[in-house]
Amino acid sequence: MNIMPLIVINSILAVIVVLLSIAEHYLVSYGECEIDINEKKAVRTRGGSYLLGVLYANKIYIPSACGGKATCGQCKVQIMEGAGPILPTEEVFISGEEKNSGVRLACQVKIKNDLKIHIPEHLLEAKEYRAAVTQIIQLTHDIKHIRLKLEDPPNISFKPGQYIQFLVPGTDEFRAYSIASPPSQTSEIELVVRHVPGGLCSTYIHQVLTAGDRVVMTGPFGDFFLREESERDIIGVIGGCGMAPLRSIILHLAERNMPRRVTLFFGARSKRDLFFTRQLSDLQKKYPNFRFIPALSEPKPEDKWEGETGLVTDVVEKHIQDGSRYEGYLCGPPPMIDAAIEVLNKKGMDEKNIYYDKF
Amino acid sequence: MIALLSIFLAAIFTNNIALTYLLGMCPFVSLSRNLKTSLGMGASVIFVVTITAAVNWIIYRYVLVPTNSELLEYIIFIIVIAGTVQLLEMIMEKFFPTMQAVMGIFLPLITVNCMVLAVSLFMVLRDYSFIKTLFFAVGSAVGWVLAMVIVAAIREKLELIGSVPEGLKGAGITMIIAGIIALAFLGFAGMVSIQ
Repeated sequence: MNIMPLIVINSILAVIVVLLSIAEHYLVSYGECEIDINEKKAVRTRGGSYLLGVLYANKIYIPSACGGKATCGQCKVQIMEGAGPILPTEEVFISGEEKNSGVRLACQVKIKNDLKIHIPEHLLEAKEYRAAVTQIIQLTHDIKHIRLKLEDPPNISFKPGQYIQFLVPGTDEFRAYSIASPPSQTSEIELVVRHVPGGLCSTYIHQVLTAGDRVVMTGPFGDFFLREESERDIIGVIGGCGMAPLRSIILHLAERNMPRRVTLFFGARSKRDLFFTRQLSDLQKKYPNFRFIPALSEPKPEDKWEGETGLVTDVVEKHIQDGSRYEGYLCGPPPMIDAAIEVLNKKGMDEKNIYYDKF
Repeated sequence: MIALLSIFLAAIFTNNIALTYLLGMCPFVSLSRNLKTSLGMGASVIFVVTITAAVNWIIYRYVLVPTNSELLEYIIFIIVIAGTVQLLEMIMEKFFPTMQAVMGIFLPLITVNCMVLAVSLFMVLRDYSFIKTLFFAVGSAVGWVLAMVIVAAIREKLELIGSVPEGLKGAGITMIIAGIIALAFLGFAGMVSIQ
């Protein structure tokens, strides 16, 4: 056997590795750097690593889905000083206005010197949670209802409508899921997950996750939540899994005896895509202030559907006369949200009273 | 000298590595969107191609051939390319941080640009001497960059005029432009050709 090629390739590899190590030792050293956060907290770290990872290691959780590959564009932070020029990988995600105020993607900013950054206060409240799956219920042919018992820390505090980020095991990637349970339920949270064909996390949740498994989440995040200071009546327009945050909001209001009038429109394709309808119908019977209007866009003959048909936005248009006294909470696929905003605007609802979460 | 010049010019025009051999098409199409990025990528490519071709030539001639391990050429060449890019990135970060910021993402991308590997493989195939290899490498890289820069300039202009049919936008029109430029480059066929 000719072992020469083996010797050759190994020696060449060794030489390259040694050369690169020497070069790295002499060329890449940034020393200790300090990251000043909101001028309140300082984090010290060795230079050379990326901001997102350093913040994560220091228990500051910035929402991010792609695991630092600059493909999701979520990990935006404002950097006042020391970030260096913006990279081409970031430019896709950062608007001109954001650029001027120093917004950067934390996963792309390499720490080379001291940094001054600003992170919204509510993000600093996010924590990492370890939880155990207690129950998985198949809600429809492609939607599952997951219950998670929090273990460490054992309790979570969030606003109804916010979301958590679910770490896909074995990867650095996260996926966002809205919390479907009310905030009063602090030790256990519920998620509603639709199976996206080919989707990394939803496929994992649907095909692998079983009761008893342990998972890691960060949160809570998001500015889509119930405005409790407002006294306006509420219109909810949801499609598919958009149910989750609105369910949290409605259960939260139900615990307070439904102080505001709530009309919830739920759009689905056919009867097999409806879920939580019994719970919501029961709430409707119990609280005269709450109306639940499911609408099917393509009811099948065997559904024997007697409720509303057509696009959920058309149903909203039919039921709402004067939108100006309402506050809108929209959650669902982007085209539905855009159409709903248009309808609500037409009905006189002020743009600033419309809150939405696209997914 | 004439032979060297002829290799250099042929590598740029008649045997253009992008337009004649269709190599390095992925960055060619995606980076020819604007002139500035294509120039940034271009400079890094010229640098990397020249250095890797020289290093690979030395390794091939003085290590692989004497030890009868020519079959390792593919894997060795690509490792040398990856190592060079890594080294280049460190050097630039230390001494030319602004340039590194401009080239940023393009540097690691060069590792997987097949035209860099192709230059090293052609030099073996055509049995070039060291000097010929250098001329060929610089010529190929300049040719590739030239083609990309021309396409980028035309695409920028088209963007301003904005009458590209919907179905041809993006890669479609880029390939058409590249095709026309390839024809123009082939016009040099009578003057120079590669031996």
